[in-house]
Amino acid sequence: MSTTPKTQANLLQSLNQALHDAMEDDPAVIVFGEDIADPEGGGIVKLTQGLSTKFGARVRSTPISEMAFVGAAVGAAVAGFKPVVEIMLMNFTAVCMDQITNHAAKLRFMSGGQTHVPMVIRTMTGSGMQNGGQHSDFLEAWFCHTPGIKVVMPSNPVDGYGLLRSAIDDPDPVLFIEHLPSYWAPGAAPERGSRIPIGKARVHRAGTDVTVIGYSRSMHDIAPVAGKLAADGIECEVIDLRTVSPLDMGTVLTSVKKTGRAVVVHEAVKSFGVGAEVSSRIHESLFRELKAPVERVASADSPVPYAPPLEAAFLYRHADIEAAIRKTLA
Amino acid sequence: MHANEPDGKVLVAIYRKMALIKHSDDRVIGAMKAGRMQMPYYSARGQECIPSAISVLLDDDDYLVTIYRGVHDMLAKGLPAKLLWAELAGKATGSCKGKGGPMHLTYPSKGCMVTTGIVGASLPIACGLALAAQLRGETRVTIANFGDGASNIGAFHESLNLASVWKLPVVFVCQNNRYAEHTAYAKGTSCERIVDRATGYAMPGVRIDGNDPRAVYRAAQTAIARARAGDGPTLIEAMTFRFNGHLIGDMGEYIPKPDYAAAVAADPYPRFRQQLLDEGHATTAELDAIDAAVRQEIDDAEAFAMSSPPPDAREVARDVYAHDIA
Repeated sequence: MSTTPKTQANLLQSLNQALHDAMEDDPAVIVFGEDIADPEGGGIVKLTQGLSTKFGARVRSTPISEMAFVGAAVGAAVAGFKPVVEIMLMNFTAVCMDQITNHAAKLRFMSGGQTHVPMVIRTMTGSGMQNGGQHSDFLEAWFCHTPGIKVVMPSNPVDGYGLLRSAIDDPDPVLFIEHLPSYWAPGAAPERGSRIPIGKARVHRAGTDVTVIGYSRSMHDIAPVAGKLAADGIECEVIDLRTVSPLDMGTVLTSVKKTGRAVVVHEAVKSFGVGAEVSSRIHESLFRELKAPVERVASADSPVPYAPPLEAAFLYRHADIEAAIRKTLA
Repeated sequence: MHANEPDGKVLVAIYRKMALIKHSDDRVIGAMKAGRMQMPYYSARGQECIPSAISVLLDDDDYLVTIYRGVHDMLAKGLPAKLLWAELAGKATGSCKGKGGPMHLTYPSKGCMVTTGIVGASLPIACGLALAAQLRGETRVTIANFGDGASNIGAFHESLNLASVWKLPVVFVCQNNRYAEHTAYAKGTSCERIVDRATGYAMPGVRIDGNDPRAVYRAAQTAIARARAGDGPTLIEAMTFRFNGHLIGDMGEYIPKPDYAAAVAADPYPRFRQQLLDEGHATTAELDAIDAAVRQEIDDAEAFAMSSPPPDAREVARDVYAHDIA
């Protein structure tokens, strides 16, 4: 580990640093998942590189047995450890949903508070790399629909570091969803030991005309659209949710109260998604103050396709975000 | 490793646990039939020998994980009858504050860590508890209970493999009661004996008469010693039978009548009682005194449960997370 503070880091480096620092600071932190130890390459994108060399038995590559190792993380957490497990790709959560939704999320409640499950499940996903229908989905809504688990989705290296540190500190299970294609995008370097609170959104750009709400990947798409519209005199207030469950509706409603208009943007498919929940909550609280119905921009309600033109057609375009914003202003 | 025989004192201790489980079960079913209690109750009557003979080998801080048919496992490990009964009755004084019920019994101060309502889910969690002990360099062992039906779900296979690869200090206890819900063993299980599956995961497997306290004790002692020594997991298949069907209300029409009659005729509780008398480990008066004390404990537990208040409605918002929900 370098002792000279860096000024630039990508998400991959910042998450690797967060894991190193958390393991160094807290002996209860253990890390396991498929191929994550150094003899196996330190993870498929090398995100966990160096951990096993430094921390030995606390870092383990597992067999391809998500049910067993996620369940083992639940058990180790009940016994007082803070496991951080990697489910390599988000679609693989489907083979261990029982341990996540029936156990990790519910043991505190079902035991009347006698046990709890302070674990973090890290997973990566995202379309645009031709990984097709079983390696690309954003499935955050499944987990937001389960009380007892928190869902965190950072969009940049500084938030990634601070949110992962907070997730590891958290006494409850946290699903930490990483956008794979933007791992290598450069950003500001996080400060060692910094924390970003879970459940707190961030106003990314202040504006007065319309509130545009995103998280994870969509933040990379909203920012240039907001910049373009500013040139036309449309001032977007851009909010990065950072945590999608629990939602920070305080920050969202404060902004929409000011602008009277809102657009929610996410890569996950549109129907029954986080956008629907945010939109519904805005309508419930601010119906009479809205100047237009809340718009949603999301992917088509289809599996993620393989061929690049289809993959592009599945995802929203920047023009869709712009059109949705303009529609609220019409 | 040479297994030791349980001495008379240990045998009587096993008897006491069996009596507690039997009398508690009889009384729960009685209370349900009388309309005093209502619950989805999966009776383990007939299987009480297994946890009774295993738990005399365990310390309070050894971990236990079990399933919805696990009241016997929890009582044997030390869940107080009062807290069990209050939980079954859905009262605020229950071990889980009335929020878990019979399928989620928990009592960590005696190592009763998790009860799951999902078939097979006890095994991965047991691996994690065992991993915790291994990482801390402790000698504590984890007992993972499950039924024969669970040996056909993926979690069983993944867990045996992981426990073997990581040499985890866990004992997998398959309580084979010959029915997976309503389906007879042979209709749903490819191999003649579940213990044959241990070979594929490179761990010792031992099949025993689960209704024979000595056989259970010997097998468990060897497996527990192996786990404590850091030599890894064992699969025990304890043959038994459940007397009250899958769930109270299940009339058991799918069980051939002669099979059922034979199983009940071999009821482990009276059989073991007679054995203790025949072998001179206890007198009738001594065993009667144990039964009377256990009955009193259940009386007290039922009275405590019935007189306890229901949970406050605000409990819905508590224990979802560390903080209350709005």
